[in-house]
Amino acid sequence: MSAVPGQTVGPFFHLGLACPQMNELVPPAHPRAVRLHGRVTDGAGAPVPDAVIEIWQADPRGHIVRRPGSLRRDGWTFTGWGRAATDPDGLYSFATLEPGSTVEGRPGFFAVTVLARGLLDRLFTRAYLPDDAEALAADPLLAALEPDRRATLITRRAGHGLVFDIRLQGADETVFLAYPRLRDAWT
Amino acid sequence: MNTQAEIDQEIEAAAQQPGGPQPRIDYAPYRSSVLRHPKQPLHLVDPESVELWAPAFGHRDVADDEADLTIQHAGTPLGERIVVTGRVLDGDGRPVAGQLVEVWQANAAGRYRHQRDQHPAPHDPNFTGVGRCLTGPDGTYRFQTIKPGPYPWRNHLNAWRPAHIHFSVFGTEFTQRLVTQMYFPGDPLFRYDPIYQSITDPKARELLVAQYDHDLTTPEWNTGYRWDVVLTGTHRTPLDTGDPS
Repeated sequence: MSAVPGQTVGPFFHLGLACPQMNELVPPAHPRAVRLHGRVTDGAGAPVPDAVIEIWQADPRGHIVRRPGSLRRDGWTFTGWGRAATDPDGLYSFATLEPGSTVEGRPGFFAVTVLARGLLDRLFTRAYLPDDAEALAADPLLAALEPDRRATLITRRAGHGLVFDIRLQGADETVFLAYPRLRDAWT
Repeated sequence: MNTQAEIDQEIEAAAQQPGGPQPRIDYAPYRSSVLRHPKQPLHLVDPESVELWAPAFGHRDVADDEADLTIQHAGTPLGERIVVTGRVLDGDGRPVAGQLVEVWQANAAGRYRHQRDQHPAPHDPNFTGVGRCLTGPDGTYRFQTIKPGPYPWRNHLNAWRPAHIHFSVFGTEFTQRLVTQMYFPGDPLFRYDPIYQSITDPKARELLVAQYDHDLTTPEWNTGYRWDVVLTGTHRTPLDTGDPS
């Protein structure tokens, strides 16, 4: 069957996609909360103030939880999914837990979706935890990339947070992903 | 600012280039796309770990009455009352059951309930333009709403968007995430709209156009439109289908 094409999320997405605490996978005061944040920029290096970032991740033990409650947070249930809109400076932020490794020896990562006004279809990428050099070196996706491009997928630690900037275009453009069935839908 | 005639020429030139069934993210007639699309090819990767699963939503997240956009205020919204329904299916034709569908739209006059929409058309105090529902066991979603109006934007001089409803849909895998727009049949603005025309394959862009369905129309109440949402295929193998934990 032919997959339905995507279209831009447009400028008025806050109306339909915004929910209270949608970017708080855990309350910011949670003892193990980490701040995943960054800036979304365009090909001129200007901030993108109307982007939506969604993350989907394992819990710290590497379990893929499948619990409802992301749109009506109860403050206790970790759902593994969150959504954030960028602010006028192109900044987004999540309060979450660090994703554990779901496969022995592999690095933990956030699966990331990027939507924006001006972006005609959604983009996928990954944001890896930066700490386990051995696991990062063994990761098949990262190993297939040139070192400078690989770096665009690895978060860096700053203060109590993990920083993941998203560059939609340009010299240090973020690596964006296609999956095989997605590619099939294009041919 | 360019004229519609200049944009028409660009749309026509772009239509000569072979395009796939997805929008071309590099599509200059839509001016905002110029600096906002990656120029490097997408990197093909086999999905793994969380990418093989989708987030779960349930009745905790969505109340039943959120599927009716006409009952969110004290009064009745102005405009043509419509039902929009269809099924969410994966690329192999299997229903996507119990999954979240989110919609947002302009009111009948073509105005969004959003501070950035400055189009001088009236707001409707009885219409917000936001709905959510969970798909049924056979993948069915259903919204009752008001037919949105077309509205102007500033891509070029005299730019108007065809009437549309924004849809946000999840599949059973992260890889199937879809955000798109549903259009209405026979809209005279299709040929002028760079967002719709960014899908350069005519058969593919017609997949975004709902069908009028008289069986969904009810006497003295609403007209009806049917639109099925087919997502991409899944990657999970039978070995993966157990509990992910």
